Amino acid sequence: MSDGIGARVERKEDKRFITGKGKYTDDIRMDNQAYAAFVRCPVAHAKINGIDSSAAMAMEGVIAVHTGPEMKADEIGDIITGWSITSKDGSPMQCGVWNPMVTTYGRYVGDAVAVVVAETQDIARAAAEVVELDYEELPAVAAADVALTDGAPQVHENVPGNLIFNWEIGDEAKTEAAMAGAHHVTELDITNNRLAPNPMEPRSAVATYDEAEDHYTLYTTSQNPHVARLVLSAFYNVAPEHKLRVIAPDVGGGFGSKIYIYPEELTCLWASMKTGRSVKWTSDRSEAFMTDAHGRDHVTKAKMGFDADGNIVAFHVDTIANIGAYVSLFATATPTYLYGTLWSGTYAMPAIYGTVRAVHTNTVPVDAYRGAGRPEATYMIERMMETASREMGIHPAELRRRNFVKEFPYQTEVILQYDSGDYFKMLDEGEKAADVAGFAARKADSAARGKLRGLGYSTFVEACGIAPSAAVGSLGAAVGLWESCEVRVNPVGTVEVLTGSHSHGQGHETTFAQLVSDRFGIPIDNVQIVHGDTDKVQMGMGTYGSRSGPVGMSAVVKALDKVEEKAKKIAAHTLEASEDDIVIENGEVKVAGTDKKMGWHEVGLAAYIAHNLPEGMEPGLKETAFYDPLNFSFPSGALICEVEVDPDTGVTDIVKFTAVDDFGTIINPNIVEGQVHGGVTQGIGQAMLEQVVYDETGQLITGSYMDYCMPRADDVPSFTLDHTCTPSPLNPLGVKGCGEAGAIGAPPAVINAITDAIGSNDLQMPATPLAVWTALQANKTAMAAE
Amino acid sequence: MTNVSMTVNGKSVSCDVSETTLLSEFLREDLRLTGTHVGCDTSQCGACVVHVDGKAIKSCTALAVSLNGSDLTTVEGVGSASNLHPMQAAFKKHHGLQCGFCTPGMIMAGIDMVERYHAAGQELTAEAIRHELEGNICRCTGYHNIVKAIEEAAGTMAGQKQAAE
Repeated sequence: MSDGIGARVERKEDKRFITGKGKYTDDIRMDNQAYAAFVRCPVAHAKINGIDSSAAMAMEGVIAVHTGPEMKADEIGDIITGWSITSKDGSPMQCGVWNPMVTTYGRYVGDAVAVVVAETQDIARAAAEVVELDYEELPAVAAADVALTDGAPQVHENVPGNLIFNWEIGDEAKTEAAMAGAHHVTELDITNNRLAPNPMEPRSAVATYDEAEDHYTLYTTSQNPHVARLVLSAFYNVAPEHKLRVIAPDVGGGFGSKIYIYPEELTCLWASMKTGRSVKWTSDRSEAFMTDAHGRDHVTKAKMGFDADGNIVAFHVDTIANIGAYVSLFATATPTYLYGTLWSGTYAMPAIYGTVRAVHTNTVPVDAYRGAGRPEATYMIERMMETASREMGIHPAELRRRNFVKEFPYQTEVILQYDSGDYFKMLDEGEKAADVAGFAARKADSAARGKLRGLGYSTFVEACGIAPSAAVGSLGAAVGLWESCEVRVNPVGTVEVLTGSHSHGQGHETTFAQLVSDRFGIPIDNVQIVHGDTDKVQMGMGTYGSRSGPVGMSAVVKALDKVEEKAKKIAAHTLEASEDDIVIENGEVKVAGTDKKMGWHEVGLAAYIAHNLPEGMEPGLKETAFYDPLNFSFPSGALICEVEVDPDTGVTDIVKFTAVDDFGTIINPNIVEGQVHGGVTQGIGQAMLEQVVYDETGQLITGSYMDYCMPRADDVPSFTLDHTCTPSPLNPLGVKGCGEAGAIGAPPAVINAITDAIGSNDLQMPATPLAVWTALQANKTAMAAE
Repeated sequence: MTNVSMTVNGKSVSCDVSETTLLSEFLREDLRLTGTHVGCDTSQCGACVVHVDGKAIKSCTALAVSLNGSDLTTVEGVGSASNLHPMQAAFKKHHGLQCGFCTPGMIMAGIDMVERYHAAGQELTAEAIRHELEGNICRCTGYHNIVKAIEEAAGTMAGQKQAAE
């Protein structure tokens, strides 16, 4: 079937987006709608002594001003975290309490203090400006390493020294012993820069309370509406689940930042009950910089030991992770089980040990952002490998090959067991596609034009498809991470697939339909994917961690299996044949080797008319499945970046970027390539452009696109992509996940290329022209001195 | 409040608007044309690009009252699901969109640049497209397929112009 697995079909969902008919949360307008605007803490740390809303309340069109203590009095719950981490000394983590709106202390610039509800957005915002805060500014700290120093300002009274946990993974004694015996040790101080996720659609919420039914409806920009409903109900105490409907309609990108259930969405629900009005809030971009969970922000000291042949003997990591003012939903899992468990990279490392200290600061909470922990691990490992190759005089590709994992499954020293892969093949293919053989000539050509050319490698493996429920439960997760699906065959043979996965750009309405088309031989136009509404889909865990393929699609396959089994029974009964002889292809249900057949729609009709079903069979053709993965899946890739640097200005051009990935089975190459293009661009953004900056008082400096540099079209090249394929043996389709690969693999490839070009390893992200130029000057000075 | 009259997507409209109403608000809230999106507060992202008297502008940075008598086209006005504009068709064919939020602005900016280059007799190269997209941010696609889509649409639009002449 031309619409099936592997087909480059155009997306079903595109027509509404290209004609301006998409329905995003801010496009929704309810009857009786009012608008919310938040009064926010203007400094990084403050004791709020009083809130005077009299001037705001006096403004025409202002309906209400509500505050944190009122929410507390209504028994609205505090914002929760979903993953408990135990410190290496066995003690539980310590985290500060996160009131959805401040009750006493504001702890970052943007912390919500009060909400104004008014007839228009303009009035709400103007009124929020005149709500007067009587506050006392307190000492603040923004940098995580500073927050750990003696005498640093305390973000929360109950978290001494700002240390949330000090986690360890691996075998310390074995690693120390192997490191002591190493022939060569490479050491590097590495900063992983703080990023703002910046989906182009700002967060938005429209909440409606129906007093007669005592029922709430929330339209919101969520990657996981069912999780939102669960948390809003069970922890925030808004309403029991059956009295709360959460709808995530078209959502304009997420990248992790729309996983979380933020104070604003919760406050809109509560305010809709308080005011009796539908309450809408839409973030502006500055608010997004102030309140959307940031990503990354690690400071790391790493040591890697090698034997005389260049084989890794030991790897030691010491990381400080900035968690921000409060512990967000996955904030503790990101720098631990999504980071430390990936420290073996694509390599067979016999000894690994490291610690992660998670720290409160007076900044926006930090949580999972595209890649979540795995970009931080990959950047560190791949910079270590490139640095070691230069120090030991071994070509970077050769050093990687010497250390690659060779056999699968491979049990790492840090919990994970890799399912499958062929790292040699992907690197071979990558070097071919990047024309590494021609690099020397291109470098000479650049030199003749006064430019510096560099080549940088990165190979990565990541853990996708989070995750086996029992396994994550044993590691501290509060939820199981399965996925659900319901497949409904209608009496006319068209199919509806209800999935707990959520598409916010990933193209599920096409790729999930391709699975059905592949199975029953019907066109994708006869398949409708339903998602994002807790009233329609029974349950689901949502989309993040590249889980919609390995987990979400596996649930679809499981439900399709059940539908196929019943359809075959019905056909066998109708056609008076053995069930084992029934085949389904090209929209027909046939008896193999005969001309006896039924149309797919006739099977559907037979199931619902139910005049002639096998004895005891229930009417209908509709099946539900829950799929709990057996393991993570492990996509891998080889990325090669080629840059040209102008030594006079430090301006760096990416002249070629090659990515050869192994995602296992690919459902739709167009969509997979699109995910890589976008992921690599975000990786290039991290490497060269993006940086959230706080000053030492905790004031946010990068609060708009005037200050925070997003990758634009002329910052990136057209990409050279290819794929290898080792299907995952652990899920029915053999898919591995592709959503995060580019963001994980790209940053070290870029930095390795730039450091190769300039001959200096002293460079941190983002490698702006100034940073590159400064590193070049320092290198010149050092070389002159030698 | 001030009365403004304009032609929007070929239809005459007349509304009383406040002096501070932005064109993007006027389109989205007064006319309920929600295809025009707002992604930033600083005229950087380009999700709000519309055409005013044949020129692309950022509707978040224009006051509705200043455009009395203007002829506006939004993404809803360039084509429909059954009759796509070549730029819309090319975005679909080349997977030039993912979440779709920046897409209306990209399409409107794309049409504008093709028409400008055509009028000036200049070739719209891939490099020129990347340069021209300076004012449009996409977080999903990495621009690769957007550039391909605009390149193809430029060819189709030039062909249509020739056929019409």
